[in-house]
Amino acid sequence: MDFDYTPSEQAFRNEVREFLAENLPPPKERGRGFLAGWLSKVRAKGWVGFSWPKEYGGGEGSLTEQAILKEEMALHRAPPLGTSFMGLAWVGPGIMQYGTDEQKQRFIPDILDSKVNWCTGYSEPNHGSDLAAIETKAERIGDHYVVNGQKIWTTGAPWADWIILLTRTQFDVERKHDGITCLLVPMDAPGVEVRPIENMAGERNFAEVFFTDVQVPVENRLGEEGKGWQVTISALANERSSIGEVTQMFARLDSLKALVKATRRQGRPAADDPAVQRRIGEFEAKIAAMKYNGLRYLTKQLRGEPLSSETSVNKLHRASLEIEMADFAVELTGMAGVQLGGDDAADGGSWARSSLGWPGVVIGGGTPNIQRNIIAERILGLPKD
Amino acid sequence: MDFGFSEEQNLLREQVRRFMADELPSSTVRALARGEDAVRRGALWQQAAELGWLALIVPERFGGVGLKWIDLAVVLEECGRALCPLPVLSAAQAAAAIARCGNEDQRRAWLGRIASGDAVFGIGLYDEPNWIDPQGVRLAGGELLTGTKPFVQDGIPSTHLLLATRTGDALALAIVATAEVELTAQPAVDGTKPTAKAVLNAVRPLDTLPISVADLDFLTDCGAVGVTLEAIGAAEAVLELTSEYAKTRIQFDNPIGKYQGVKHRLADMFVDIESFKSLAYYAAWAVDDAVDELPRAASLAKAYASDAFARIGIDGVGLHGAIGYTAEYDAQLYLKRSKWVRSAFGDADFHYRRVAALG
Repeated sequence: MDFDYTPSEQAFRNEVREFLAENLPPPKERGRGFLAGWLSKVRAKGWVGFSWPKEYGGGEGSLTEQAILKEEMALHRAPPLGTSFMGLAWVGPGIMQYGTDEQKQRFIPDILDSKVNWCTGYSEPNHGSDLAAIETKAERIGDHYVVNGQKIWTTGAPWADWIILLTRTQFDVERKHDGITCLLVPMDAPGVEVRPIENMAGERNFAEVFFTDVQVPVENRLGEEGKGWQVTISALANERSSIGEVTQMFARLDSLKALVKATRRQGRPAADDPAVQRRIGEFEAKIAAMKYNGLRYLTKQLRGEPLSSETSVNKLHRASLEIEMADFAVELTGMAGVQLGGDDAADGGSWARSSLGWPGVVIGGGTPNIQRNIIAERILGLPKD
Repeated sequence: MDFGFSEEQNLLREQVRRFMADELPSSTVRALARGEDAVRRGALWQQAAELGWLALIVPERFGGVGLKWIDLAVVLEECGRALCPLPVLSAAQAAAAIARCGNEDQRRAWLGRIASGDAVFGIGLYDEPNWIDPQGVRLAGGELLTGTKPFVQDGIPSTHLLLATRTGDALALAIVATAEVELTAQPAVDGTKPTAKAVLNAVRPLDTLPISVADLDFLTDCGAVGVTLEAIGAAEAVLELTSEYAKTRIQFDNPIGKYQGVKHRLADMFVDIESFKSLAYYAAWAVDDAVDELPRAASLAKAYASDAFARIGIDGVGLHGAIGYTAEYDAQLYLKRSKWVRSAFGDADFHYRRVAALG
């Protein structure tokens, strides 16, 4: 057991730090052209798609280097390495694994160059957690699929260029997981209609997406017809390690500690309140647990041992922290905590906004109860419900 | 970067686990916890010594194996899984105390005897039941000790006691012969973690080790980490026992593990065990390799485990229904351990607030 990095890993960390010192000005000094310049510089470094093979334009970084890169980026509160989060997180990996050569050439470079934004068409009005029961119909007619149906809660749909879409090509199946087909569809195709939905924070990030006789060429099918469920499962398994996420959580904990120090309750420093001290300790323990869980799972991967569904452990912690830290801060700061902005809002209203924004993190990608099902069934071997 | 156990550590774990399965089944654990079968207890202690567990963290030049707390971690985890009543943790704490705070003569005098199992130590640090602080140490130090030490861990049976004393602001550890002390076993919730009350009447210590507040903190942290490592194994045993029951117990035509009220609670147990396991491994590593980080690391681990294992102990019994309530069934033994774990070396409230105070 050791927590040291090899000389070459340490050199890589130094390289990242030097790059950030040169190319990441403080937030207030980042002008209009900053983001475009940033994206092309990190792209030139090979850090976009850093885990991807070089033949597809990735960086082919080792698992440890990936963790270092994410950690440093989060530590310095750097912007994302690309504009298409979903493209980098699972659409790209899915295309590399299941796509044809033509699809790889067509889609991968645009994801790496932040030219194209992807969204994910999974949930439907009647099928969310029970994803495999989807009903959006794709009918093969000649060299096209004709798609009819509706998706919902599609994050990023209002500005996405493409959607990775789960459809059903066969309805008379014994297992609902069969007969699903994955299609790649341009959002400007005739018959695609996006209706944004306002969330409780007043944002319009997600949407209903309607498909009416949308013609999708067969060459836009990802993987085999009827095998779309496997594509989905293994694409989601590509989800990033949680190292960078943990660094962000520690940064938020620091902000929360600073808020406690700056807050008085009933005329006394909040930092002297035993109940407040205890909550801070509890948050730190959960975040530290995420960190060391993550390192144990990283070690497993480095040793070539298969990971089961352990990553659900950290997802559950992340979900509860997402809700509880903001909720605690809002309560801590009294009437200043329930203001979204203005002169008196605690931390400019950022915690109040977080207290309205958690569902995006907590529900997207599998609700906490779905994570518990995964742990209970896949790790503990309990019967499916 | 490698946060996992080595092949040697895994082999050691296998050895301990096999030993516990063969030599310390629940029937033996129960008998020893009742204070019966002293002969068998002595034989098991000798075996533990011969297998090297008591010598693990003792430096080689004093007859030990010269390994670290992270090696000891696998032994303690397996001890906890079996609820082993042998004072392996107290032996390690005594060894750590003497190695850190003793002079060369004292180390030579005691460490080899701990490693060989000849000296069996009971430990009493704090006299207050719930005050982890130098002021919680009350027994007056000096050439002759007179007074009471109410919570001596593993005092019976033992050959020696390691007792914290105070003279003004000066702290010390006194080593006394158990035979010279009036020790009374106290009825305890968890018989596998027995405590005794020691009454001393002009007892001359065999050795006295002056210690600083940092030393006292270090020994407390070693205790907190050790208890948490044992709690990992114990909590995993509860989860295994309860999951197996949930797979086979049929109610309303289904195994009860099919119902989310049961399966989600079991999943939450898994989440908590994974988490305090990771925190405890890091803390065990920090004892030898990053001692500056030990206070925070030990507190995070012990705080998390104290609350989580207490819930696991209760739910392990509760999810079984009435059978879990019976004396015959083992789930209750773990509930009892979880009560002891929560209070030993500082509860969740103490450790969470300590983390906050560390900034």
